[in-house]
Amino acid sequence: MIRRLLDLPNDDSRKIVFIAVSLCLVCSLMVSSAAVLLAPIQAAQQQENRRMNVLLAAGLIEEGEEDVQVNQLFQQIEARIVNLDTGQFTDAVNPATFDPRAAKRDPNMSDEIPDDDDVAGLGRRERYARVYILRDGDAISRLVLPVRAYGLWSTMFAFIALEGDLNTVAAINFYEHAETPGLGDEIEDPDWRALWAGRQIFDAQGQPRLRVIRGRVDSASPNAIHEVDGMAGATLTGNGVSNMIVFWFGESGFGQFLDNLRTGGA
Amino acid sequence: MDASPRKVLFDPLVDNNPVTLQMLGVCSALAVTTNLLNSLIMSAALTVVCVFSNGAVSAIRNHMPSSIRIIVQMTIIASLVIVVDQLLKAFAYEVSRSLSVFVGLIITNCIVLGRAEAFASKNPVGLSLLDGLGNGLGYSAVLIVVGAVRELFGAGSLLGIVILTPAQDGGWYVPNGLLLLPPSAFFIIGLMIWGIRTWKRDQVEPEEFQIHAIHRQEVL
Repeated sequence: MIRRLLDLPNDDSRKIVFIAVSLCLVCSLMVSSAAVLLAPIQAAQQQENRRMNVLLAAGLIEEGEEDVQVNQLFQQIEARIVNLDTGQFTDAVNPATFDPRAAKRDPNMSDEIPDDDDVAGLGRRERYARVYILRDGDAISRLVLPVRAYGLWSTMFAFIALEGDLNTVAAINFYEHAETPGLGDEIEDPDWRALWAGRQIFDAQGQPRLRVIRGRVDSASPNAIHEVDGMAGATLTGNGVSNMIVFWFGESGFGQFLDNLRTGGA
Repeated sequence: MDASPRKVLFDPLVDNNPVTLQMLGVCSALAVTTNLLNSLIMSAALTVVCVFSNGAVSAIRNHMPSSIRIIVQMTIIASLVIVVDQLLKAFAYEVSRSLSVFVGLIITNCIVLGRAEAFASKNPVGLSLLDGLGNGLGYSAVLIVVGAVRELFGAGSLLGIVILTPAQDGGWYVPNGLLLLPPSAFFIIGLMIWGIRTWKRDQVEPEEFQIHAIHRQEVL
């Protein structure tokens, strides 16, 4: 049968269909077996990458450090799921398997953000978030929160680490974005990110005030503690980062949760 | 077509380089060459795809219906690219993130389709494999030169190892930020083409038209 088909002239329509179908079968077999066989390794790589970003934000490893035992170091860190609506910890979702991106797409796990509230341009917000806690005894010494916002071209994903006072920034680590190379991608720059350490998110009234400003911070200004230097040529990316702070530390983000943590009600 | 294996393998390196002579694959050469490691991985990915797509197209060349041959070639190339992309995601996660869409875009790289259509569909498997390897290496040579220049002068390092200590870290070298932006690769490739064509005059294309030399006098 196959022999007969192959013996047909190359432009016979039966042979064309036969070649097309068998080529598709072979190719799809190749592609799907690569995808299936490699999926566990890819998932492990992604998890390790995420963990490394959490460790960087928590200050347990240094930028550019080699041969890090990521998975071993990560055992010091406690991953918990927070219900963003109530601001309480919850066990309804398993922190090991929670996938924020899938949750954002799932109508049962996420809500549309009202337009006037959606300063960060996110569209939808998942109901749960995975936070990472580093403890010193019983007290929290670092709290790492996942945040994101739309910049100029892309959604920028970051981990932001707070000190035990839940107000002072310890570190910020942007791990995924597609901002302009050479300009907006300065959000990855270690020198720029180092400017964040020691800044405070909330003002005396408890409102998120931390902003990326234009130009350099005037250290004499009373607001200096809530300001980070802008990036030249990347005003819109900087605005996106500011919006990220406004959204995620406001009532629709982690505001409620942080209030609860401070009063011990989480 | 000259079928000596030696010529098939080495011609695309300089004499018939897919980037500097045929001007193919320039887009990805601009985009991924910000540092040497990215250039190397991209080169390896393209070379692997080019070798195997040439091999596969050549293997079925006698049964290739001419009416759907481009689609057949694209299907083979696309499948290979997906496999390479999946392998990179599994074994070189960081690099695959910085190459982002450009691995996927090997599908549209004219070098791969060009060799499949122009060479592999008419030549035996062994020669086609060599041709794929040669063209992959020709592309790689350009990427590696551009990547090395951009990383060395744009960031002061090679493969992440600091060679020229930048001024901001206490050295003397002030990195040229332009070299990290895509236009710089355009300049470097342009200079390479100029250099190669000065060395090998026969690569210079004949003028497409001649300026009418006595024009000025006619007006007078």
